[in-house]
Amino acid sequence: MPVTVRIPTQLRELSGGASEVEFEGRTVAEILGVLEERHPGFAERLHDDTGELRRFVNIFVADEDIRFLQGLDTAVTDGQTVSIVPAVAGG
Amino acid sequence: MAHVQGLRCRECGREYEIAPVYTCEWCFGPLEVTYDYDAVAAAVSREQIAAGPASIWRYADLLPVDRGHAVDLGAGFTPLVRADRLAAALGLGEVWVKNDTLNPTNSFKDRVASVALSKALEFGFKTAACASTGNLANSVAAHAARAGLRSFVFIPSNLERAKVVTTAVYGGNVVAIEGNYDDVNRLCAELAGTYRWAFVNVNVRPFYAEGSKTLAYETAEQLGWETPDHVVVPVASGSLLTKIRKGFDELHQVGLLDHAPNVRVSGAQALGCSPVATAWREGSDTIRPVKPDTIAKSLAIGNPADGYFALDAVRQTEGGLAAVGDGEVVEGIRLLARTEGIFAETAGGVTVASLKRLAEEGVVTPDERVVLYITGLGLKTLDAVEAEPTATIRPTIDAFHEAFDPDHIDEE
Repeated sequence: MPVTVRIPTQLRELSGGASEVEFEGRTVAEILGVLEERHPGFAERLHDDTGELRRFVNIFVADEDIRFLQGLDTAVTDGQTVSIVPAVAGG
Repeated sequence: MAHVQGLRCRECGREYEIAPVYTCEWCFGPLEVTYDYDAVAAAVSREQIAAGPASIWRYADLLPVDRGHAVDLGAGFTPLVRADRLAAALGLGEVWVKNDTLNPTNSFKDRVASVALSKALEFGFKTAACASTGNLANSVAAHAARAGLRSFVFIPSNLERAKVVTTAVYGGNVVAIEGNYDDVNRLCAELAGTYRWAFVNVNVRPFYAEGSKTLAYETAEQLGWETPDHVVVPVASGSLLTKIRKGFDELHQVGLLDHAPNVRVSGAQALGCSPVATAWREGSDTIRPVKPDTIAKSLAIGNPADGYFALDAVRQTEGGLAAVGDGEVVEGIRLLARTEGIFAETAGGVTVASLKRLAEEGVVTPDERVVLYITGLGLKTLDAVEAEPTATIRPTIDAFHEAFDPDHIDEE
């Protein structure tokens, strides 16, 4: 069973309009790597020049912010959902 | 509105036309409204503002909304009161309290909700929505009722009962989420991509946030068009602090101040949710999200959207950030009530306790003119403080004298 990746509105032009895509992968970094392969353009939008996630990009695995887990090395298991969500909301 | 130019990303500078969008499509940075300040300067004067309504709308030339659309319950122009007894208790000199408990729904959120719902009408939305820790929920529900808009208000399910009642009474939809504010916020960010609703602190956020600038405008106007030396502001998302600083700068830019403002900006957080104060104390450029655990629920944002900008503002102005424990928060509520007759909610307790801490640390000094922003009313968080009658007696003089010795009753 693959992993579901939820794409925010701002990046759907890169996924052909899809709000969700499905991939195989064992970590968040792997999933983002596959995302870039299938839909080129994601990497430069999600990462800064140093390869780190941009500071206004939040990624959740099974509803948990990966900064509370192991960051890009966070393990992802089949059937889980990885959500990419802009950080700039609320307050 | 005539003076608005567009939206600009605070991170990468990319520009966008006015629309209900909130993040840069390129880097996800926050978008901010830009103005033609020369046009504002030509339009405003101290006299023209003084002749305006006793609400935030007296500063309409500096807000991103067409005045004709104003959804106005009377937000703003709240009292700025000199707080000599509080100052004495803290060993400070000139302290003022901006009493924003006296807004239509009793918190500063009426400023931002009024601007956001006005903008929502202008954009043609039929439904207003928000993620809220409570105060915004009250305000959006009330302003939506006033404007005849549908509303969907999303709150954490552990919210204080008072804030649930004072939201639901306005008749809109109130959705309690099994999670904390950051969970609510995330859901709303995802819903905002699905429904064509005005989520005031998501897709309308660039406009909404501008409402907070009016706290700076009023402070300066009420001080006779002078600025304070130091302000102490509660920090949840960091937006309020950032916008208060921006407000002072703008007043100078449009010619309403005689001198360039030199306002030190300090922030107040609860220890159980202090990601910005932690980064400041550690000298870090990274704000690490936290899981909030504090009685100051209106400040319980563990992943603050404007945390970086608040941190920059504090550093650039040589202010400070305090993180105070729940016990200090309650003591802060009591101190303000007992010295100044103002009953603040827990966020106000955080702010008073933070001022106390910053004064003890020498960050706020006795020679400074200090303004303290008290942003919400104590009735919203009644459970936070225990207060009982001094005595409960039968209705007789004898009973009174049993409780209070008449020989010593006037000794204090």
